[in-house]
Amino acid sequence: MDDLLAARSQMAMSLAFHIIFAAIGIAMPALMVIAEWKWLRTKEDVYLTLAQRWAKGTAILFAVGAVSGTVLSFELGLLWPAFMGYAGAIIGMPFSLEGFAFFTEGIFLGIYLYGWKRVPPRAHLFAGVMVAVSGTLSGIFVVIANAWMNAPTGFRLVDGKPVDIDPIAGMLNPAAFGQTLHMTLAAYAATGFVVAGIHAFMLRRDPHNHFHKAALGIALVVGGVAAIVQPFSGDLIAKSVAKTQPVKLAAFEGQFQTEKGAPLRIGGLPDEAARETRHAIEIPYGLSLLAYGDPQSVVKGLNDFPTDVHPPVAIVHVSFQIMVACGVAMMLVSLWAAWRFLRGRRDRKWADSKWFLRAIVIAAPLGFVAIETGWTVTEVGRQPWIIYGVMRTAEAVTPMPGLVVPFVTFTVLYIFLAIITVFLLLRQVAASPKVPEPKVTEARVAV
Amino acid sequence: MPFEVIVAGVMVASLVLYALLGGADYGGGVWDLFAFGPRARRQRELIAEAISPVWEANHVWLILVIVVLFTAFPPAFATIATALHIPLTLMLIGIVLRGTAFTFRTYDVQRDDVQRRWSLIFSIASIITPILLGTILGAIASGTIRVENGAVTSGFLRSWLAPFPFAVGFFALALFAFLAAVYLTVEAPERELQEDFRWRALLSGVVVGLLALTVFILAKTGAPTVRAGISRTWWALGLHILTAIFATSAFVALWTRRYRIARFCAAAQVTMILLGWAFAQFPNLVEPDITITSAAAPPLTLELLLGALVLGAIVLFPSYYYLFRIFKLTRSGG
Repeated sequence: MDDLLAARSQMAMSLAFHIIFAAIGIAMPALMVIAEWKWLRTKEDVYLTLAQRWAKGTAILFAVGAVSGTVLSFELGLLWPAFMGYAGAIIGMPFSLEGFAFFTEGIFLGIYLYGWKRVPPRAHLFAGVMVAVSGTLSGIFVVIANAWMNAPTGFRLVDGKPVDIDPIAGMLNPAAFGQTLHMTLAAYAATGFVVAGIHAFMLRRDPHNHFHKAALGIALVVGGVAAIVQPFSGDLIAKSVAKTQPVKLAAFEGQFQTEKGAPLRIGGLPDEAARETRHAIEIPYGLSLLAYGDPQSVVKGLNDFPTDVHPPVAIVHVSFQIMVACGVAMMLVSLWAAWRFLRGRRDRKWADSKWFLRAIVIAAPLGFVAIETGWTVTEVGRQPWIIYGVMRTAEAVTPMPGLVVPFVTFTVLYIFLAIITVFLLLRQVAASPKVPEPKVTEARVAV
Repeated sequence: MPFEVIVAGVMVASLVLYALLGGADYGGGVWDLFAFGPRARRQRELIAEAISPVWEANHVWLILVIVVLFTAFPPAFATIATALHIPLTLMLIGIVLRGTAFTFRTYDVQRDDVQRRWSLIFSIASIITPILLGTILGAIASGTIRVENGAVTSGFLRSWLAPFPFAVGFFALALFAFLAAVYLTVEAPERELQEDFRWRALLSGVVVGLLALTVFILAKTGAPTVRAGISRTWWALGLHILTAIFATSAFVALWTRRYRIARFCAAAQVTMILLGWAFAQFPNLVEPDITITSAAAPPLTLELLLGALVLGAIVLFPSYYYLFRIFKLTRSGG
């Protein structure tokens, strides 16, 4: 393995690992806060138990997220010193803001997790809201920095050096809005679905446990709303990529020929040697319509770009297909859930369907599959550039030799952490509290 | 004062706060390893109670140092990350293991053998990480990281694999352990526990003094320019006197069981030591080739960063105060 590949692998592995904890860190506090708010409103203890149980899981995940995030902030320089030396002055700004958001998150998470008995209920709920808000903001700031790598703005190139640097213009780059919206929604959808899946699974085994039903309800609302809105934000990104990174869009779609009225390909395997994408279901005019809003528009194919700026097409196309498929499946399950909610609200029977619960269990990991493949799409799709059109990844890598050593070390370390984390979470899930279903009539009287 | 100097000042301040707060969390890990005697279990519990609610927030000071470094002084960050790739990577492994082992211990089975295993990882990582942090700072001060045309020419080992950086590493470890022991005397709810940490504080205080001397002696060849800065200029003398006064007062206060005073003096002592180093190295960011001015980002970046730092501080400090009021100030010693 050469050093560039080792550095890229280490970065990819670190990001793939951290993004799971980061996404949960964004969305989980919202679930806890909703549960706690419902407890304050209804005085039903099941919601308090729920908030506290979720908080325990979050504490474990947050710790792993905090340290793996620290690793990433150093890795930017350890692996890509030339990139940071070049771009630090432009994109350091969102990272600094993220630093403060992370600070606020850490402070209020401490209060939230350990302050149940030390602060009044409203102050405790407020701490939870602060964690949820600052967690979301930190995610947004980091994604803004990534968006800049896709659509670099806020400077002029003179003799290969950036001048007239304007960090605000860098933050307002054309990819920022779509990417941050897409990732924030993804975090809520993926986390909501995993949590819903766990509680749906427990509900299948223990159908009358009100605890899991309450949990499933909250998780499905958060995850489902995000999953239903998500395709629209995806469309927004596709249109912006079509404008700012046409070669990346061509890789998404395995579009080799420049074509007027290009079709949307579903599935298929790009053959980079033969320069064609085989076995895809083609929807006529679909791509032209989605990318430019006009079925007759011209989509530039990969053949029109020199091969030394092609990303690895097959990886990008296949990852893109998987991401979209997961997103569509999640949207359908969410619509089903919405329909069952609306129809079954009064008799509280919305969750009493074997097939519905089964679907939620099956859909549970899809959000995270979509997040991982989605980041593969955006990161591999940007190659060979680290800053699109400005600096190649190969120019940015550290001169340090033997990079395979830290890559293997961190991989082993992260596999170890993943195993322990899963084990500890399973322990939490297995210790499921028994909460009998409240009588419908009683509940009505209480309200 | 030029913006870049103010930003560098903020970086030093963050580093001081990291040492005082995050450092003490590492020190807690040290005392977890050295928990023994009839109250070993109570000692561990006290350490865990003291660290749990605050370590994640305290840890962010280090992140702040890093993001300010790469925003305001990008070439300095690139240089440090290149020349010190190996110790930085090792330190990261330490940071990961410390934080996760500590959290896993809380949420894993409460059986002795399981708990002991996590304690061991937690405490060993708490010892190795500060040593590496100190080694990194020592290497930056040593003047052996050389740069030509933006490229590091001194290799990946020479600058840190030397006696002086490691002496600084052990010095950092001793300081953190000292701070933790002093803080724990205030936080211990019962007298016997206070005594346990009192003599730990006194003992580590002596070690701090011995290692300070070692660092100073080794600096003669290991970090000549910084040592010259420490021993020659007028303000250095003032900082030395202050450090000595605080160190002595901390010792006397511990001896006479005035723990709150001891806590203040110990924190002040560590602050003076770090300020002394920062002043001695000024205006160099990385001795001797990178200065604050030569590495500074363009003025607009610095202005915006300062604005962000001020805004951030307005949110941060009240929140931080709230956190500490809840978990630290309401608990009274003895």
